[in-house]
Amino acid sequence: MKAPIAGGAGSAADVVALPRSRASLPSGFTRFLESERLLAVLLLAPTVVLLGAFIAYPFVMGVWLSLSNTSVGNVGEFVGLKNFVKAWNDSIFRTAFWNTSVYTFWATIFKLALGMWLALLLNRHFRGKRLVRASMLLPFIVPTVLSTFAWRWMFDPTFSVLNWTLYKAGFIVTKLPFLSDGTWAMSCAILINTWRGMPFFAITLLAGLQTISPDLHEAASLDGANAWRRFWHVTWPLLKPVTLVVVVFSIIQTFSDFQLIYVLTGGGPANSTHLLATYAYQIGVATGLLGEGAAISLFMLPVLFIVVWLQLRYLRRLEGA
Amino acid sequence: MVIERRWKKWVFFYIPLTVFVVGTLFPFYWMFVTAIRPDAELYRSWRAAQNAPFWTLDPTLAHVKDLLAKTTFPRWLWNTFFIAVVSTLISLFCGLLAGYALARLRFPMAGMLGTSIFVTYLVPPTLLFIPLADIIRNFQLGNTPWALILTYPTFLIPFCTWLLMGYFKTIPRELEECARIDGATRFGAMIRIIFPIAVPGILSAGIFAFTLSWNEFIYALVFLSSPEKKTVPVGVVSELIRGDIYFWGQLMAGALLGSIPVALVYSFFVEYYVTGLTGSVKG
Repeated sequence: MKAPIAGGAGSAADVVALPRSRASLPSGFTRFLESERLLAVLLLAPTVVLLGAFIAYPFVMGVWLSLSNTSVGNVGEFVGLKNFVKAWNDSIFRTAFWNTSVYTFWATIFKLALGMWLALLLNRHFRGKRLVRASMLLPFIVPTVLSTFAWRWMFDPTFSVLNWTLYKAGFIVTKLPFLSDGTWAMSCAILINTWRGMPFFAITLLAGLQTISPDLHEAASLDGANAWRRFWHVTWPLLKPVTLVVVVFSIIQTFSDFQLIYVLTGGGPANSTHLLATYAYQIGVATGLLGEGAAISLFMLPVLFIVVWLQLRYLRRLEGA
Repeated sequence: MVIERRWKKWVFFYIPLTVFVVGTLFPFYWMFVTAIRPDAELYRSWRAAQNAPFWTLDPTLAHVKDLLAKTTFPRWLWNTFFIAVVSTLISLFCGLLAGYALARLRFPMAGMLGTSIFVTYLVPPTLLFIPLADIIRNFQLGNTPWALILTYPTFLIPFCTWLLMGYFKTIPRELEECARIDGATRFGAMIRIIFPIAVPGILSAGIFAFTLSWNEFIYALVFLSSPEKKTVPVGVVSELIRGDIYFWGQLMAGALLGSIPVALVYSFFVEYYVTGLTGSVKG
């Protein structure tokens, strides 16, 4: 880290050595860079161009597509809200919307509860703590598609290791229909999502926990508060802001999830486990009805919008209080 | 500190922690065991008497060899690596410049621009993939790595900008002002003074962005079509399953080998990764 600073000082010395040429009569370009506004424009340009071309433009185009009857190889025309109405009257769409909400709701609750528990455990001192903490993040690092395959193999109808274990332990007499029944498959998806997302909650909450001074706990326990009351009255209120951001983050990710269901069930059995994203993929890409697919995925937007709006409102109230 | 009884420590600490560790790591163990198990053992009835499912008596590398020799898996690994590295570099470049501008410069609409960069988090890839597929086709980028190299930064840049902006704000302004008094230009001070100090932040953002690109699935699934162009996640899903038949040994070998590079990068930079992760939340 020292070398570049030394280099910076060296070149500053060069400038001092040649005072007239650069300091008082800057060339056009350096003068240009001295203006904060122009420099800002220059520095922000790459970001704005990329985000504009690949987020703002596709977003606008998505809205247009959703209002048209475009399909692959066929330039569509404006049809108004027909795609949205059609989706709303489609029973598979309604199942997908309901599934997405159930999936998001339960997965977030489990991730928060288990993540908090794990964070509290990891906040204590024990041997091998660094190793345990590092290995706990593995599910979050490994590509979802690949780890979901491992789960799918564990849930295999014929060769499930979980069925085998439960059978040998005497808990069940017949195989559990992990992925061949809609409700079971949805629960499995929630389980895998929780498994994958929990480390993220745990590690961020742990970072939050480490900022809380031990003195507060000390004081509370001197006042006779037990572990649960210390958590509820000391830890939790201080963790609330971090928790809120993590939860919002996770809701957005979970609500817009695609890969887990795509690999685990592909939306089956009998379209009972579709999420909005997988159904939009099936209609928009697999079937080629771009307009209808775009409309289905746009149904995510109001929900995401409400979540973020609630978060901003809550944060503002926190700041105001 | 609070003094605990022995049994209490077991019930409230060791046992739950063990359950967490086993539950978290078992799928990886299972991936590994399946990958080195011969087919004859893999597809034995779950009620067979001689079944020992938790380990294997004669481990084999056949699945791994098949995967490397008979499929385009090595090619997918290289594609994923190349795409992840280039899109991470692009995102770091954009994030550094934009983060500096938002943290240090005063200009009209700074607040609005900052907010709108972060609001792009609101628009997940699954909401954009259908129109984007059309745009990629119009730009003649379909089925090339550039389709992903240019689109991955859309979800990496906001994060990099956010993280680096936070980092720049912790660097005292005086450092820069000293350099400018010594005659450095504003741009020179940024490049020579601020960026070198921000190296840990850049590493965090880079590691995090790399793992996110390695993970990405839906854009790669929609934008790439020929087998030799695919990334690991898409290749494993679409090429290793032939018809309805799952070759589990090969699939698990693929899952294992596809996870190792990113897990290695992660293990070397755990602390930076964790900083990136927690920094992305603190904002």
